[in-house]
Amino acid sequence: MSEFLRQFMIVDIFVTNFGTLMQGLVFTFELAIVSMVFGTIFGVLLALGRSFGTRLLSWLCTAYIEIIRGTPLLAQLFILYFALPPYGIRLSAITVAFLGFTLNSAAYQAEYTRGSIEAVGEDQYMAAYSLGMSSWQTIIYVVLPQAIRWSIPAWTNELIYLLKSTSIAYVIGAPDLLTQGKFIASRNYQFFRVYLIVALIYLVIVLAAARLIGKIEKKIEIPGFGYTKNQR
Amino acid sequence: MSDKPLLRIINLKKRFGDKVVLDGISFDLNKGETKVIIGPSGTGKSTLLKSINRLVVPDEGEIWLGDTEIVRCKNINAIRQQIGYVFQDFGLFNHLTALENVMIGLTKVKKIPKKEALERARYELNRVGLSGIEDLYPAQLSGGQKQRVAIARALAMDPKLMLFDEPTSALDPELIGEVLAVMQELAESNMTMLVVSHEMGFARSVSDEIIFIEDGKIVEQAPPEKMFKDPENPRTREFLFKLSELYGEG
Ligand SMILES: Nc1ncnc2c1ncn2[C@@H]1O[C@H](COP(=O)(O)OP(=O)(O)OP(=O)(O)O)[C@@H](O)[C@H]1O
Ligand SMILES: [Mg+2]
Repeated sequence: MSEFLRQFMIVDIFVTNFGTLMQGLVFTFELAIVSMVFGTIFGVLLALGRSFGTRLLSWLCTAYIEIIRGTPLLAQLFILYFALPPYGIRLSAITVAFLGFTLNSAAYQAEYTRGSIEAVGEDQYMAAYSLGMSSWQTIIYVVLPQAIRWSIPAWTNELIYLLKSTSIAYVIGAPDLLTQGKFIASRNYQFFRVYLIVALIYLVIVLAAARLIGKIEKKIEIPGFGYTKNQR
Repeated sequence: MSDKPLLRIINLKKRFGDKVVLDGISFDLNKGETKVIIGPSGTGKSTLLKSINRLVVPDEGEIWLGDTEIVRCKNINAIRQQIGYVFQDFGLFNHLTALENVMIGLTKVKKIPKKEALERARYELNRVGLSGIEDLYPAQLSGGQKQRVAIARALAMDPKLMLFDEPTSALDPELIGEVLAVMQELAESNMTMLVVSHEMGFARSVSDEIIFIEDGKIVEQAPPEKMFKDPENPRTREFLFKLSELYGEG
Protein backbone atom coordinates (compact mmCIF):
# COMPACT_ATOMS: atom_id res chain seq x y z
CA MET A 1 0.00 0.00 0.00
CA SER A 2 1.34 3.38 -0.83
CA GLU A 3 2.56 5.62 1.98
CA PHE A 4 -0.15 8.14 1.09
CA LEU A 5 -3.04 5.73 1.51
CA ARG A 6 -1.53 4.41 4.73
CA GLN A 7 -2.17 7.87 6.15
CA PHE A 8 -5.87 7.13 6.13
CA MET A 9 -5.62 3.96 8.24
CA ILE A 10 -7.36 5.40 11.24
CA VAL A 11 -9.39 2.54 12.67
CA ASP A 12 -6.85 1.28 15.19
CA ILE A 13 -6.09 4.80 16.46
CA PHE A 14 -9.82 5.37 16.81
CA VAL A 15 -10.28 2.13 18.75
CA THR A 16 -7.30 2.65 21.07
CA ASN A 17 -8.34 6.18 21.97
CA PHE A 18 -12.07 5.63 21.92
CA GLY A 19 -12.55 6.47 25.60
CA THR A 20 -10.67 9.75 25.46
CA LEU A 21 -12.42 10.80 22.26
CA MET A 22 -15.84 10.05 23.74
CA GLN A 23 -15.04 12.08 26.84
CA GLY A 24 -14.25 14.98 24.55
CA LEU A 25 -17.38 14.40 22.53
CA VAL A 26 -19.59 14.36 25.62
CA PHE A 27 -18.09 17.64 26.78
CA THR A 28 -18.60 19.15 23.32
CA PHE A 29 -22.27 18.11 23.44
CA GLU A 30 -22.69 19.49 26.94
CA LEU A 31 -21.05 22.76 26.01
CA ALA A 32 -23.08 23.20 22.81
CA ILE A 33 -26.43 22.25 24.34
CA VAL A 34 -26.04 24.20 27.58
CA SER A 35 -24.86 27.29 25.67
CA MET A 36 -27.75 26.84 23.29
CA VAL A 37 -30.40 26.54 26.01
CA PHE A 38 -29.20 29.38 28.22
CA GLY A 39 -28.18 31.43 25.20
CA THR A 40 -31.72 31.10 23.89
CA ILE A 41 -33.32 32.15 27.15
CA PHE A 42 -30.97 35.09 27.61
CA GLY A 43 -31.22 35.93 23.92
CA VAL A 44 -35.03 36.08 23.99
CA LEU A 45 -34.89 38.32 27.07
CA LEU A 46 -32.38 40.60 25.30
CA ALA A 47 -34.62 40.78 22.24
CA LEU A 48 -37.67 41.61 24.36
CA GLY A 49 -35.69 44.24 26.23
CA ARG A 50 -34.46 45.75 23.00
CA SER A 51 -37.87 45.76 21.29
CA PHE A 52 -40.23 46.54 24.16
CA GLY A 53 -38.09 47.81 27.06
CA THR A 54 -37.77 51.35 28.35
CA ARG A 55 -35.28 53.51 26.47
CA LEU A 56 -32.51 52.74 28.94
CA LEU A 57 -33.14 48.99 28.92
CA SER A 58 -33.42 48.94 25.16
CA TRP A 59 -30.15 50.85 24.86
CA LEU A 60 -28.38 48.50 27.27
CA CYS A 61 -29.58 45.42 25.40
CA THR A 62 -28.53 46.94 22.08
CA ALA A 63 -25.10 47.82 23.45
CA TYR A 64 -24.60 44.29 24.75
CA ILE A 65 -25.66 42.72 21.47
CA GLU A 66 -23.49 45.03 19.36
CA ILE A 67 -20.40 44.63 21.54
CA ILE A 68 -20.60 40.84 21.58
CA ARG A 69 -21.28 40.61 17.87
CA GLY A 70 -18.63 43.19 17.07
CA THR A 71 -15.74 41.45 18.83
CA PRO A 72 -14.12 38.06 18.17
CA LEU A 73 -15.33 35.12 20.21
CA LEU A 74 -11.72 34.20 20.86
CA ALA A 75 -11.07 37.59 22.45
CA GLN A 76 -14.16 37.17 24.63
CA LEU A 77 -12.93 33.81 25.90
CA PHE A 78 -9.46 35.21 26.59
CA ILE A 79 -10.91 38.17 28.46
CA LEU A 80 -13.00 35.90 30.69
CA TYR A 81 -10.05 33.59 31.23
CA PHE A 82 -7.05 35.89 31.52
CA ALA A 83 -8.26 39.43 32.14
CA LEU A 84 -10.51 38.79 35.13
CA PRO A 85 -8.12 37.08 37.60
CA PRO A 86 -6.27 40.35 38.44
CA TYR A 87 -9.61 41.60 39.75
CA GLY A 88 -10.02 38.52 41.91
CA ILE A 89 -12.40 36.71 39.56
CA ARG A 90 -10.80 33.39 38.81
CA LEU A 91 -12.84 31.06 36.59
CA SER A 92 -11.91 27.54 35.54
CA ALA A 93 -11.48 26.74 31.86
CA ILE A 94 -14.74 24.79 31.94
CA THR A 95 -16.66 27.65 33.53
CA VAL A 96 -15.20 30.12 31.05
CA ALA A 97 -16.23 27.86 28.18
CA PHE A 98 -19.85 27.54 29.36
CA LEU A 99 -20.12 31.20 30.25
CA GLY A 100 -18.34 32.48 27.14
CA PHE A 101 -20.37 30.49 24.65
CA THR A 102 -23.65 31.22 26.41
CA LEU A 103 -23.01 34.97 26.51
CA ASN A 104 -21.83 34.96 22.91
CA SER A 105 -24.68 32.86 21.55
CA ALA A 106 -27.25 34.96 23.41
CA ALA A 107 -26.25 38.05 21.46
CA TYR A 108 -26.70 36.33 18.10
CA GLN A 109 -29.93 34.68 19.13
CA ALA A 110 -31.24 38.01 20.38
CA GLU A 111 -30.80 39.36 16.88
CA TYR A 112 -32.56 36.42 15.25
CA THR A 113 -35.41 36.76 17.73
CA ARG A 114 -35.64 40.50 17.21
CA GLY A 115 -35.93 39.95 13.47
CA SER A 116 -38.76 37.52 14.15
CA ILE A 117 -40.48 39.91 16.55
CA GLU A 118 -40.41 42.58 13.85
CA ALA A 119 -41.95 40.11 11.40
CA VAL A 120 -45.10 39.95 13.55
CA GLY A 121 -47.54 42.31 11.87
CA GLU A 122 -49.28 45.35 13.29
CA ASP A 123 -52.62 43.61 12.77
CA GLN A 124 -51.72 41.03 15.42
CA TYR A 125 -51.19 43.76 18.02
CA MET A 126 -54.40 45.54 17.06
CA ALA A 127 -56.39 42.32 17.30
CA ALA A 128 -54.91 41.52 20.72
CA TYR A 129 -55.57 45.01 22.07
CA SER A 130 -59.09 44.99 20.75
CA LEU A 131 -59.80 41.87 22.83
CA GLY A 132 -58.67 43.78 25.90
CA MET A 133 -55.20 42.30 26.25
CA SER A 134 -52.58 44.39 28.02
CA SER A 135 -49.25 45.07 26.32
CA TRP A 136 -47.64 42.28 28.31
CA GLN A 137 -50.36 39.78 27.52
CA THR A 138 -50.02 40.71 23.87
CA ILE A 139 -46.29 40.09 23.95
CA ILE A 140 -46.55 36.83 25.86
CA TYR A 141 -49.56 35.24 24.18
CA VAL A 142 -49.39 36.65 20.67
CA VAL A 143 -46.04 38.16 19.68
CA LEU A 144 -43.56 35.84 21.35
CA PRO A 145 -45.16 32.54 20.30
CA GLN A 146 -45.13 33.71 16.70
CA ALA A 147 -41.62 35.15 16.91
CA ILE A 148 -40.37 31.85 18.34
CA ARG A 149 -41.88 29.95 15.43
CA TRP A 150 -40.12 32.24 12.98
CA SER A 151 -36.87 31.80 14.91
CA ILE A 152 -36.73 28.01 14.97
CA PRO A 153 -34.76 27.63 11.72
CA ALA A 154 -32.21 30.20 12.86
CA TRP A 155 -31.91 28.45 16.19
CA THR A 156 -31.21 25.11 14.57
CA ASN A 157 -28.47 26.71 12.54
CA GLU A 158 -27.14 28.16 15.76
CA LEU A 159 -26.99 24.75 17.42
CA ILE A 160 -25.07 23.32 14.49
CA TYR A 161 -22.77 26.31 14.52
CA LEU A 162 -22.19 25.78 18.26
CA LEU A 163 -21.41 22.08 17.86
CA LYS A 164 -18.52 23.05 15.60
CA SER A 165 -17.45 26.37 17.06
CA THR A 166 -17.17 25.10 20.62
CA SER A 167 -13.92 23.57 19.37
CA ILE A 168 -12.45 27.03 19.90
CA ALA A 169 -12.63 26.19 23.61
CA TYR A 170 -9.40 24.28 23.11
CA VAL A 171 -7.45 27.55 23.28
CA ILE A 172 -8.20 27.82 26.98
CA GLY A 173 -7.81 24.09 27.50
CA ALA A 174 -11.42 23.13 28.10
CA PRO A 175 -11.65 19.34 27.58
CA ASP A 176 -13.73 19.31 24.38
CA LEU A 177 -13.34 16.93 21.44
CA LEU A 178 -10.63 18.95 19.70
CA THR A 179 -8.63 19.36 22.92
CA GLN A 180 -8.74 15.59 23.47
CA GLY A 181 -7.59 15.07 19.90
CA LYS A 182 -4.66 17.39 20.43
CA PHE A 183 -3.85 15.48 23.63
CA ILE A 184 -3.88 12.12 21.83
CA ALA A 185 -1.77 13.44 18.96
CA SER A 186 0.80 14.89 21.31
CA ARG A 187 1.38 11.38 22.64
CA ASN A 188 1.38 9.30 19.44
CA TYR A 189 2.56 12.01 16.98
CA GLN A 190 -0.09 10.82 14.46
CA PHE A 191 -1.30 14.41 13.92
CA PHE A 192 -2.92 13.93 10.55
CA ARG A 193 -4.77 10.74 11.46
CA VAL A 194 -5.95 11.97 14.82
CA TYR A 195 -7.28 15.27 13.44
CA LEU A 196 -8.86 13.39 10.55
CA ILE A 197 -10.73 11.25 13.09
CA VAL A 198 -11.78 14.35 15.02
CA ALA A 199 -13.01 16.05 11.85
CA LEU A 200 -15.00 12.97 10.85
CA ILE A 201 -16.64 12.81 14.28
CA TYR A 202 -17.68 16.46 13.92
CA LEU A 203 -19.08 15.73 10.49
CA VAL A 204 -21.11 12.77 11.76
CA ILE A 205 -22.63 14.63 14.73
CA VAL A 206 -23.41 17.71 12.68
CA LEU A 207 -25.17 15.67 10.00
CA ALA A 208 -27.03 13.65 12.63
CA ALA A 209 -28.06 16.80 14.51
CA ALA A 210 -29.29 18.43 11.31
CA ARG A 211 -31.44 15.41 10.47
CA LEU A 212 -32.87 15.11 13.96
CA ILE A 213 -33.70 18.81 14.09
CA GLY A 214 -35.28 18.64 10.65
CA LYS A 215 -37.61 15.94 11.95
CA ILE A 216 -38.51 17.94 15.04
CA GLU A 217 -39.15 21.04 12.94
CA LYS A 218 -41.55 19.07 10.77
CA LYS A 219 -43.38 17.78 13.79
CA ILE A 220 -44.04 21.17 15.33
CA GLU A 221 -44.67 22.96 12.04
CA ILE A 222 -47.75 25.19 11.86
CA PRO A 223 -49.34 26.05 8.52
CA GLY A 224 -48.46 29.59 7.56
CA PHE A 225 -45.08 29.67 9.27
CA GLY A 226 -42.31 29.20 6.77
CA TYR A 227 -38.57 29.64 6.97
CA THR A 228 -36.59 32.74 7.74
CA LYS A 229 -33.04 32.75 6.52
CA ASN A 230 -31.13 34.08 9.53
CA GLN A 231 -27.85 32.33 10.13
CA ARG A 232 -24.21 32.99 10.66
CA MET B 1 -82.07 52.19 32.87
CA SER B 2 -82.63 55.56 31.28
CA ASP B 3 -82.97 56.06 27.54
CA LYS B 4 -79.35 57.08 27.33
CA PRO B 5 -77.73 55.90 24.08
CA LEU B 6 -75.35 52.94 24.28
CA LEU B 7 -72.72 54.93 22.41
CA ARG B 8 -72.53 58.70 22.32
CA ILE B 9 -69.83 60.52 20.41
CA ILE B 10 -69.44 64.22 21.05
CA ASN B 11 -67.38 66.57 18.91
CA LEU B 12 -64.59 64.12 18.19
CA LYS B 13 -61.42 65.58 16.67
CA LYS B 14 -58.18 64.03 15.54
CA ARG B 15 -55.31 65.24 13.45
CA PHE B 16 -52.21 63.43 12.21
CA GLY B 17 -49.53 66.09 11.85
CA ASP B 18 -51.13 68.88 9.82
CA LYS B 19 -53.88 66.70 8.46
CA VAL B 20 -57.24 67.00 10.18
CA VAL B 21 -58.74 63.53 9.99
CA LEU B 22 -61.74 63.85 12.34
CA ASP B 23 -63.23 67.30 12.45
CA GLY B 24 -65.94 67.35 15.08
CA ILE B 25 -67.89 64.12 14.74
CA SER B 26 -70.99 63.70 16.91
CA PHE B 27 -73.67 61.02 16.85
CA ASP B 28 -75.53 58.54 19.03
CA LEU B 29 -76.08 54.84 18.70
CA ASN B 30 -78.89 53.31 20.72
CA LYS B 31 -78.97 49.81 22.08
CA GLY B 32 -79.94 47.34 19.35
CA GLU B 33 -79.35 49.79 16.50
CA THR B 34 -77.15 49.25 13.49
CA LYS B 35 -75.63 52.23 11.75
CA VAL B 36 -73.57 52.08 8.59
CA ILE B 37 -70.82 54.59 7.90
CA ILE B 38 -69.92 55.39 4.32
CA GLY B 39 -67.52 57.86 2.78
CA PRO B 40 -64.60 58.26 0.37
CA SER B 41 -61.21 56.70 1.10
CA GLY B 42 -59.04 58.55 3.58
CA THR B 43 -61.86 60.52 5.21
CA GLY B 44 -61.32 59.13 8.69
CA LYS B 45 -63.76 56.20 8.90
CA SER B 46 -61.18 53.80 10.29
CA THR B 47 -59.79 56.48 12.57
CA LEU B 48 -63.28 57.03 13.96
CA LEU B 49 -63.78 53.34 14.68
CA LYS B 50 -60.33 52.98 16.19
CA SER B 51 -61.00 55.97 18.42
CA ILE B 52 -63.99 54.19 19.88
CA ASN B 53 -61.83 51.54 21.50
CA ARG B 54 -58.85 53.88 21.70
CA LEU B 55 -56.57 52.10 19.28
CA VAL B 56 -56.23 55.73 18.22
CA VAL B 57 -56.32 58.44 20.88
CA PRO B 58 -58.49 61.39 19.82
CA ASP B 59 -57.26 64.95 20.42
CA GLU B 60 -60.59 66.34 21.52
CA GLY B 61 -64.11 65.25 22.24
CA GLU B 62 -65.85 62.58 24.26
CA ILE B 63 -66.93 59.04 23.63
CA TRP B 64 -69.43 57.55 26.04
CA LEU B 65 -70.11 53.85 26.27
CA GLY B 66 -73.09 53.88 28.59
CA ASP B 67 -71.83 55.71 31.66
CA THR B 68 -68.13 55.41 30.91
CA GLU B 69 -66.17 58.03 29.02
CA ILE B 70 -63.58 56.25 26.86
CA VAL B 71 -61.15 58.95 25.71
CA ARG B 72 -59.93 59.66 29.24
CA CYS B 73 -60.84 56.47 31.07
CA LYS B 74 -58.23 54.74 33.23
CA ASN B 75 -58.79 51.10 32.43
CA ILE B 76 -59.07 50.89 28.66
CA ASN B 77 -58.64 47.10 28.63
CA ALA B 78 -61.88 46.68 30.55
CA ILE B 79 -63.65 48.84 27.95
CA ARG B 80 -62.13 47.02 25.00
CA GLN B 81 -63.48 43.72 26.30
CA GLN B 82 -66.96 45.15 25.86
CA ILE B 83 -66.40 46.28 22.28
CA GLY B 84 -66.02 43.70 19.54
CA TYR B 85 -63.81 44.85 16.67
CA VAL B 86 -63.75 43.22 13.27
CA PHE B 87 -60.94 44.30 10.96
CA GLN B 88 -60.77 44.50 7.21
CA ASP B 89 -57.75 42.16 7.19
CA PHE B 90 -59.23 39.72 9.76
CA GLY B 91 -56.45 39.98 12.37
CA LEU B 92 -56.64 36.32 13.32
CA PHE B 93 -53.73 35.10 15.43
CA ASN B 94 -51.64 33.14 12.97
CA HIS B 95 -50.20 30.68 15.47
CA LEU B 96 -53.56 29.58 16.82
CA THR B 97 -56.26 27.32 15.39
CA ALA B 98 -59.71 28.72 14.70
CA LEU B 99 -60.93 27.37 18.02
CA GLU B 100 -57.94 28.73 19.94
CA ASN B 101 -58.44 32.11 18.29
CA VAL B 102 -61.92 32.28 19.74
CA MET B 103 -60.82 30.92 23.11
CA ILE B 104 -57.82 33.09 23.85
CA GLY B 105 -59.77 36.18 24.85
CA LEU B 106 -61.92 34.07 27.15
CA THR B 107 -59.06 32.28 28.90
CA LYS B 108 -56.42 35.00 29.00
CA VAL B 109 -58.45 38.18 29.29
CA LYS B 110 -61.66 37.06 30.97
CA LYS B 111 -59.89 34.26 32.86
CA ILE B 112 -62.70 31.83 32.19
CA PRO B 113 -61.84 28.17 32.93
CA LYS B 114 -60.58 26.33 29.89
CA LYS B 115 -63.41 23.85 29.67
CA GLU B 116 -66.06 26.54 29.75
CA ALA B 117 -64.14 28.61 27.22
CA LEU B 118 -63.91 25.63 24.91
CA GLU B 119 -67.64 25.11 25.00
CA ARG B 120 -68.32 28.76 24.38
CA ALA B 121 -65.85 28.89 21.50
CA ARG B 122 -67.46 25.88 19.83
CA TYR B 123 -70.86 27.49 20.26
CA GLU B 124 -69.71 30.75 18.66
CA LEU B 125 -68.04 28.99 15.72
CA ASN B 126 -71.21 27.02 15.19
CA ARG B 127 -73.22 30.23 15.31
CA VAL B 128 -71.24 31.71 12.40
CA GLY B 129 -71.64 28.46 10.47
CA LEU B 130 -68.16 27.09 11.03
CA SER B 131 -68.47 23.76 12.80
CA GLY B 132 -65.82 21.35 11.58
CA ILE B 133 -62.98 23.79 11.01
CA GLU B 134 -62.07 24.22 14.69
CA ASP B 135 -58.59 22.77 14.32
CA LEU B 136 -57.54 24.57 11.15
CA TYR B 137 -55.01 27.41 11.24
CA PRO B 138 -55.74 30.80 9.64
CA ALA B 139 -53.45 29.96 6.72
CA GLN B 140 -55.76 27.03 5.92
CA LEU B 141 -58.98 29.07 5.87
CA SER B 142 -60.66 31.03 3.10
CA GLY B 143 -61.12 34.77 3.54
CA GLY B 144 -64.79 34.35 4.33
CA GLN B 145 -64.04 31.70 6.93
CA LYS B 146 -61.34 33.86 8.48
CA GLN B 147 -63.69 36.79 8.82
CA ARG B 148 -66.37 34.61 10.39
CA VAL B 149 -63.83 33.27 12.91
CA ALA B 150 -62.93 36.88 13.68
CA ILE B 151 -66.61 37.66 14.27
CA ALA B 152 -66.97 34.58 16.49
CA ARG B 153 -63.91 35.65 18.45
CA ALA B 154 -65.42 39.06 19.07
CA LEU B 155 -68.87 37.67 19.96
CA ALA B 156 -67.42 35.21 22.48
CA MET B 157 -66.45 38.19 24.65
CA ASP B 158 -70.13 39.14 25.06
CA PRO B 159 -69.63 42.63 23.66
CA LYS B 160 -72.14 45.43 24.18
CA LEU B 161 -71.15 46.89 20.85
CA MET B 162 -69.67 45.51 17.63
CA LEU B 163 -67.51 47.61 15.33
CA PHE B 164 -66.89 46.43 11.77
CA ASP B 165 -64.30 48.17 9.61
CA GLU B 166 -64.94 47.22 5.99
CA PRO B 167 -65.33 43.54 6.94
CA THR B 168 -65.93 42.37 3.40
CA SER B 169 -63.70 44.57 1.30
CA ALA B 170 -60.74 42.16 1.39
CA LEU B 171 -62.92 39.26 0.26
CA ASP B 172 -63.48 37.70 -3.12
CA PRO B 173 -66.96 38.61 -4.34
CA GLU B 174 -68.32 35.09 -3.91
CA LEU B 175 -67.34 35.08 -0.24
CA ILE B 176 -68.90 38.40 0.72
CA GLY B 177 -72.37 36.95 1.09
CA GLU B 178 -71.50 34.47 3.83
CA VAL B 179 -70.05 37.22 6.01
CA LEU B 180 -72.89 39.64 5.38
CA ALA B 181 -75.37 36.90 6.26
CA VAL B 182 -73.75 36.45 9.66
CA MET B 183 -73.80 40.21 10.23
CA GLN B 184 -77.41 40.46 9.19
CA GLU B 185 -78.37 37.75 11.65
CA LEU B 186 -76.48 39.58 14.37
CA ALA B 187 -78.29 42.82 13.64
CA GLU B 188 -81.61 41.02 13.71
CA SER B 189 -80.75 39.50 17.08
CA ASN B 190 -80.51 43.08 18.38
CA MET B 191 -76.77 43.44 18.62
CA THR B 192 -75.67 47.07 18.58
CA MET B 193 -73.46 47.57 15.55
CA LEU B 194 -71.46 50.28 13.87
CA VAL B 195 -70.36 49.19 10.42
CA VAL B 196 -68.08 50.88 7.94
CA SER B 197 -69.11 49.33 4.65
CA HIS B 198 -69.99 50.16 1.10
CA GLU B 199 -72.25 47.13 0.71
CA MET B 200 -75.36 49.14 0.00
CA GLY B 201 -77.63 46.12 -0.12
CA PHE B 202 -76.64 45.35 3.43
CA ALA B 203 -77.02 48.98 4.50
CA ARG B 204 -80.45 49.19 2.92
CA SER B 205 -81.86 46.07 4.51
CA VAL B 206 -80.16 46.08 7.90
CA SER B 207 -79.22 49.57 9.03
CA ASP B 208 -81.32 51.99 11.02
CA GLU B 209 -79.30 54.87 9.71
CA ILE B 210 -76.56 55.61 7.22
CA ILE B 211 -73.91 58.16 8.12
CA PHE B 212 -72.03 59.79 5.27
CA ILE B 213 -68.64 61.15 6.29
CA GLU B 214 -66.36 63.28 4.17
CA ASP B 215 -63.14 65.06 5.20
CA GLY B 216 -63.68 64.13 8.84
CA LYS B 217 -67.17 65.63 9.03
CA ILE B 218 -70.62 64.11 8.94
CA VAL B 219 -72.19 65.42 5.75
CA GLU B 220 -75.51 63.71 6.20
CA GLN B 221 -77.13 61.05 8.30
CA ALA B 222 -80.51 59.52 7.61
CA PRO B 223 -82.42 56.23 7.52
CA PRO B 224 -81.59 54.26 4.37
CA GLU B 225 -84.94 54.90 2.62
CA LYS B 226 -84.44 58.63 2.92
CA MET B 227 -80.74 58.45 2.12
CA PHE B 228 -81.26 56.52 -1.10
CA LYS B 229 -84.44 58.19 -2.27
CA ASP B 230 -84.04 61.75 -1.27
CA PRO B 231 -80.62 62.78 0.10
CA GLU B 232 -80.46 66.42 1.14
CA ASN B 233 -76.87 67.19 0.36
CA PRO B 234 -75.72 67.13 -3.28
CA ARG B 235 -72.41 65.60 -2.12
CA THR B 236 -74.30 62.64 -0.69
CA ARG B 237 -76.18 62.19 -3.94
CA GLU B 238 -72.94 62.30 -5.90
CA PHE B 239 -71.19 59.80 -3.62
CA LEU B 240 -74.10 57.35 -3.65
CA PHE B 241 -74.20 57.59 -7.42
CA LYS B 242 -70.49 56.78 -7.59
CA LEU B 243 -71.01 53.85 -5.25
CA SER B 244 -73.80 52.41 -7.33
CA GLU B 245 -71.59 52.69 -10.39
CA LEU B 246 -68.69 50.98 -8.60
CA TYR B 247 -70.51 48.22 -6.79
CA GLY B 248 -73.76 47.97 -8.74
CA GLU B 249 -77.13 48.39 -7.09
CA GLY B 250 -76.79 46.43 -3.82
N1 LIG C 1 -51.28 56.47 12.26
C1 LIG C 1 -51.41 57.39 11.32
N2 LIG C 1 -50.45 58.33 11.13
C2 LIG C 1 -50.58 59.27 10.19
N3 LIG C 1 -51.63 59.39 9.36
C3 LIG C 1 -52.63 58.51 9.49
C4 LIG C 1 -52.58 57.46 10.47
N4 LIG C 1 -53.70 56.72 10.36
C5 LIG C 1 -54.42 57.30 9.37
N5 LIG C 1 -53.78 58.35 8.84
C6 LIG C 1 -54.29 59.21 7.78
O1 LIG C 1 -55.54 59.67 8.15
C7 LIG C 1 -56.42 59.73 7.06
C8 LIG C 1 -57.69 58.97 7.35
O2 LIG C 1 -57.37 57.58 7.47
P1 LIG C 1 -58.49 56.49 7.72
O3 LIG C 1 -57.80 55.19 7.67
O4 LIG C 1 -59.23 56.82 8.95
O5 LIG C 1 -59.42 56.68 6.46
P2 LIG C 1 -60.60 55.76 5.94
O6 LIG C 1 -61.77 56.65 5.79
O7 LIG C 1 -60.73 54.57 6.81
O8 LIG C 1 -60.09 55.34 4.52
P3 LIG C 1 -60.25 53.96 3.73
O9 LIG C 1 -61.60 53.97 3.10
O10 LIG C 1 -59.16 54.01 2.72
O11 LIG C 1 -60.07 52.85 4.73
C9 LIG C 1 -55.65 59.19 5.87
O12 LIG C 1 -55.18 60.27 5.13
C10 LIG C 1 -54.50 58.46 6.47
O13 LIG C 1 -53.38 58.51 5.66
MG1 LIG D 1 -60.43 52.51 6.58
